[in-house]
Amino acid sequence: MRRISPWSTPALVVSAVLITFVITAGPILVAGANPIEAYVAFVVLPLTSQFTLLEVLVTSTPIMLTGAAVAIAFRAGYWNIGAEGQLLLGAIAAAGIGTLVGGIPPILALPIMVAGGAIAGAAWAIVPALLRVRFGIDEVVTTLLLNPVALLLVNGLLHGPWRDPVTGFPESPRIAATAEFPTLVERSRLHLGFLLALVVIAAAWYVLARTPAGLRLRATGLSPHGARFAGINVGATILGAALVSGAIAGIAGVSEVAGIQNRLTGGLSPGYGYTGIVVAMLGTLAMPGVAVAAIFLGDLTVGASSAARSLGIPSQLGAVTQGVLLLTTVALLAVRRHRARRTDGADAGPGGAVDSAAEVAT
Amino acid sequence: MTFLVDLLAATLRNATPLVYGTVGETYAERSGVLNLGIEGTMYAGAFTGFAVAWVTGSPLAGLLAAIMVGILAGAIMALMTVTFGANQHVSGIGLTIGLIGLSEFANRLIFQGGELQRIQPMPTVNPLAGAGLLGGIFDQYGLTWVAFLVVVPAAWWVLQRSSFGLEIRAVGENPEAADAAGVDVARTRYLALIIGGALMAIGGAFFTLALLGSFTLDIIAGRGWVCVALVIFGRWRIGRGVIGALLFSLIFSLQFRLRILPEFAALPFEVLLALPYLVIIGALALSGRNVAYPGAYLKPYRRS
Amino acid sequence: MTDSAPALELRGITKRFGDLVANDGIDLDVRGGEVHALLGENGAGKTTVMRIAYGLAHADAGEILVQGRPITVRSPRDAIRAGLGMVTQHFALVRPMSVAENLALGRARGLALDLAEAARRAAQASERFGIRVDPSRRVADLSVGEQQRVEILKALSRDCRVLILDEPTAVLVPAEVDSLFGTLRALVADGLAVVFISHKLAEVRAISDRVTVLRRGKLAGTVPGSTDERELARLMVGRPTFGVARPSDGPVEAATPVLAISGLHATGAGGLPALTDVALEVAAGEIVGIAGVSGNGQTELVEVLAGMRRPTSGSVRVGGEEVAGGDPQRMMRAGIGRIPEDRHASLIGDLSVAYNLVLERLDDFRRGGRIDEASIRRHAHELIERFDIRARPDDPVASLSGGNIQKVLLARVLSRDPRVIVVAQPTRGLDVGATEYVRSQLLERRAAGAAILLVSEDLDELLALADRLVVFYEGRVVGAMPRADVDVERLSMLMAGRGAAA
Repeated sequence: MRRISPWSTPALVVSAVLITFVITAGPILVAGANPIEAYVAFVVLPLTSQFTLLEVLVTSTPIMLTGAAVAIAFRAGYWNIGAEGQLLLGAIAAAGIGTLVGGIPPILALPIMVAGGAIAGAAWAIVPALLRVRFGIDEVVTTLLLNPVALLLVNGLLHGPWRDPVTGFPESPRIAATAEFPTLVERSRLHLGFLLALVVIAAAWYVLARTPAGLRLRATGLSPHGARFAGINVGATILGAALVSGAIAGIAGVSEVAGIQNRLTGGLSPGYGYTGIVVAMLGTLAMPGVAVAAIFLGDLTVGASSAARSLGIPSQLGAVTQGVLLLTTVALLAVRRHRARRTDGADAGPGGAVDSAAEVAT
Repeated sequence: MTFLVDLLAATLRNATPLVYGTVGETYAERSGVLNLGIEGTMYAGAFTGFAVAWVTGSPLAGLLAAIMVGILAGAIMALMTVTFGANQHVSGIGLTIGLIGLSEFANRLIFQGGELQRIQPMPTVNPLAGAGLLGGIFDQYGLTWVAFLVVVPAAWWVLQRSSFGLEIRAVGENPEAADAAGVDVARTRYLALIIGGALMAIGGAFFTLALLGSFTLDIIAGRGWVCVALVIFGRWRIGRGVIGALLFSLIFSLQFRLRILPEFAALPFEVLLALPYLVIIGALALSGRNVAYPGAYLKPYRRS
Repeated sequence: MTDSAPALELRGITKRFGDLVANDGIDLDVRGGEVHALLGENGAGKTTVMRIAYGLAHADAGEILVQGRPITVRSPRDAIRAGLGMVTQHFALVRPMSVAENLALGRARGLALDLAEAARRAAQASERFGIRVDPSRRVADLSVGEQQRVEILKALSRDCRVLILDEPTAVLVPAEVDSLFGTLRALVADGLAVVFISHKLAEVRAISDRVTVLRRGKLAGTVPGSTDERELARLMVGRPTFGVARPSDGPVEAATPVLAISGLHATGAGGLPALTDVALEVAAGEIVGIAGVSGNGQTELVEVLAGMRRPTSGSVRVGGEEVAGGDPQRMMRAGIGRIPEDRHASLIGDLSVAYNLVLERLDDFRRGGRIDEASIRRHAHELIERFDIRARPDDPVASLSGGNIQKVLLARVLSRDPRVIVVAQPTRGLDVGATEYVRSQLLERRAAGAAILLVSEDLDELLALADRLVVFYEGRVVGAMPRADVDVERLSMLMAGRGAAA
C-alpha cells in the first residue's frame, strides 16, 4: 500500500540488460567490432534459424537447472555458491552409473542415473549445509571451496582409474547406449535434459508458490528469526533447501553427461554452476523468471560463440556480459528496494534486497 | 635437511599471494563488506600484471598496472555495496565472473590464444645467501619480503593503531555510531575496499610476475576463496590470518613434495592437491563455530 | 546572555516519510543556559526533528540556525562542527571498543590516533562536570548509565554548546536520573543549552526551563517549565489522559494458576546469567505486570516463554503441563500466545498480511498438499475487520504503520484464543488510538479468562492494567504486590535494586 511505484520486475530486468549492453559496448569496441552489429549477432541471429534456436535450448538446459538450484537455495536464505561442484558430482555419478546399466532398458536406466546424480549432488551439498545449520559456519566459503575440490576429483578420476584405456585420453569410458538421453528433435542435439529442466522448474514453482513447505522456505529466507518465532523449523528448512538445491545441480551434471558428452570429460562444465547464479538473479529468484533467463543466456552464449567466428569478438565476452548483468540486476533491485522501503518499517536481513524481489515476482 | 629448507622456503613463497589476499579481504570485511570479488580481483591482477610486463618489458610496470586494476575492482565493489546498497554476496560473485571474463577476453585479444608467452620473472633476493644451508629459506622474491616485512606490520598498525583503522573498525562494527561521531561511513568503506582490492591484485600478480613468469587460465584456482576462509579462520585479525596463510601454504607445499615420493606414486596427484582445501574446511569446522562476525557484516548503511 | 541570539533555532522544519508527515513546520529556539524540553507522545516527531538538527536525517524543508547564523547540516560532522552534540536513544557507541577509542572516533588528524589525548580531554570534562568514567574500559562492559555518561562526555569533549538528549531517562533507575539531572544543571550553569526529549510529564517539569510540545508532527506550543501537568498533558495528547484502565473489580480468587514458573534459570546473549531462580504464577482472568528497568531479565523471560530461548534449568507449567525448554511450536500448542517487544522481528515484513496471520498454523490452512489460498484470504478479511487493521490482505507487513503491525500480531495471537498471553511493551511507539485499542483488547481477554503476563517499562501502563506487580532486578524477582498496595516510591526502590534497604 505504501510501496512507492515498485517498477515492475520485467521492466527492471530489461533495464538491467540494456544497461549491461551499454557497458559491454566498451570491450566490443576494443575488439574492433560494431556493438550494434554484435548485439544483433548475440541476441537476434541465434533465434533466426531452427538449428541455432535448438542450440539455444541445448545451451540453456544446464543453466536452467543450476539456476533453479541456486534460486531455491537463495530463497531459503542459504547462499549455495557450490552448484558448480554439485553439478560435477552429478556428472561423475552419471558417468559411473551410465557404464553399468547397459543391460537395463532406458525406462529404468535413465531414472536410476538421474536419481544417482541427484543423490551425488545432494551429498556434495550436505557437509556445508550441516556445518551451517549445526555450527553456524558460513556456507558461502565452504560451498565455494568445494568447487575446486570437485574439479580435482573429476581430474583425478580422469587421470587415474577412469582414463580411457584405449586412447589414453583423460576421458571416462562411454556410457551405455541405453543410458543416453534420447534427442527430442531429429538431427539436433536437443535432448531429454531440456524437458527434465522444464519439469524441474514447474515442480519447483509449484512447491514454492503453492505448498506449505514452499511458504515455510520463503518465510525462512525472508526472516529466519520471524520464521522460527512462528514455529517453523528453520534448520530443517535450510537443510532441506540446500539438499534439494544440490540435487538439482547434480541433475544438471547428469543431463550434460547423458545428453551431450556421453562420458565424463574435464571440460564438462564451463562454469555452469556460476552461470546458474546469474540466471537465478536475472530471473529474480522466481521460477518462471529463471526459465526465461536461462533461455536468454543460452541465446547470448550461442550468439557469442558464433560472433567469435563472424565478427572476431572473443567468445569470452559471454562471461563478461554475465558478470555485468549480475551486477546491474542486483544494483537495480537494491535501488528499487530502497525507494520502496518505508523509512520506519522493518529493515530486511542482508538477503532482503534479493528475496523480496522474488516475493514481488512470485 | 634440504627437504626441510626447501619446504620452508616454498611455504613462505606460496603463502605470499595468500597473505596479500587475506590482508586485503580483512580490510574489506572489517569495514563491514564481504568482498567475494577477491577471486576475480586476484585473477585480473595476475593477468594485467603479466600483460603489461610483457608489453613494456618491466615487471614493475606490470605490478603498478595490477595495483590500478585492484583499486578499480575495489571501487566497483564499493559502488555496488556502499552506494547502491546491493547484496554483497551476489555483487562479489558478479565482480569475480566479470573480471575473470574480462581478463580472458583481453588475453584472447592480446595473445590470440597462441603459444604460452613468458616474461623474465622478478628476481629473488637473499640477504642471508652466505648463511649456509639455512640461508636457503630466505631466498625469496621481493614481493614476499615486502609482504611479510612491510605489508603485514603496516596493515596491522594502520588497522589497530591509527585513527583511520579505528574508523574502519567502527564503520564495520556500528556504522550508526561512527556516523554520529562524524565519520564518513561511505568514504571509509570505499577506502577500505580500494586498499583491499589493491592488495588482492598484488597477490594475484605475484603468480605471473614472480612465481611463474607466465599467465595460464584458471591461474588463481580458488585461492581467493581460500583467503575468504582464512579471514574467518583468523577471526578478522591480521596476525591470525597470516598464521592461517602460512599453515595452508605449509600443507600445500608439503603435498607438492609428497607427490614425487615413491610411496605416493599410486595416488593421483589431484587427491593431494585437494588436501589443502579440505584441511581449511576442516579448520573452519573446528575453529569457525559461532565466531563473532563484525557487527555490521553484510549490512548496507543508509541514513533515513 | 539572554538577549543574544538563541544557541539553536529551528525554523519550519518539515519531514515526510512516504505519506506520513513526521514534522510539519516545526519552530524551536533553544537558549544558552537553559534546559529546553521537547515533549510529545511516541511518534509525535520529537526524535525526528532533533535527528534532523544533528544531521542524522534530512529535512524536506526548513532552516537550522546556530547563534543566529544559518547553517547547512548534511551530516553529523557538520553539526558537530557547529557545536551540536547528541545522545541518541540507542547509544551511538562501538561496543567492542574502549571508552578512549570511542572518544577519539571521528576526530582524525592525519593517521595518528592519540588515545592519551582523548583520555586527557575526558579527564578534563569529568573534572569540570563531575562525570566519572574510566577511559580504558570496554564500552560493552559498562552499565547503561555509564554508557550514557560516555555519550555525554563524547559530546562535551568536542566542545559542544548545544547538547541534545533523546529520552535519556528511559534506561535509568531513579537514582541515576537524579545524578543525570545534577549533571545537566551543572552544564546549563556553565552556559550550555540542553534539549531534553521526553514523554514523561513529571521529569519534564522537574528539569526544564521551557517546554516545547509536539503533537502528531505539529507544534502544539512552547510553555514555561512550571506549567502544570494537566496543561502539559492537554497540549501533548489534546485531552487530559488515557481512558483505558483495568476495571476496579475485586481481587481475583485464589484459583489454580494457569501459568506457573518456578526455579527458572537462563543465560542471556553474552552467556551471562540473565534469569536466576525466577518463580511466578498467573491465574486465569489475571494480569500480572512485570516491572523493572530494561535489561533486568524481562526480555529473556519472554524469550523463554516464547520458545525462543532454552532455560538452563527450572520449570514452566501451563495448566499443569511442563513446557520448559519447548520450541515455539510446543509453546503455542500448550496455549501460550506470544507478543514480544520486537514486533517487526516477530513477523515477516516482506510477506503479506494474510500469510503472516496464518504462519503459525499453516497446517490448518491446507487442502491436500497445497495451501488453501481462498481460506487464507477469508481468514485475513475476517481478522482485518475484527481487529480493525488498516491494510489489505496482500499488503506486505513492512508497509504498515507501527500500530497496524502490532494489530496484525495481536490478531494472529488472539484469534487462537490462547489460555496464556505473554506480552511485552505492547504499546511502545504507538499513537493514542492504537494504544487504547491494544489495552482494551488485553482487558477483554482478561475478562474472558486468559492469564496475562505483561512486561512493560511504562509504569503508568502497568498501573493501569495489572492486577498484581512483580518486580525484576538483575534477573531475580525482588518484590511482588497487588495493584492496590502499590507505593510508587517503594516500587522505584525495588526497581533500583534497593529492596533490602527500604
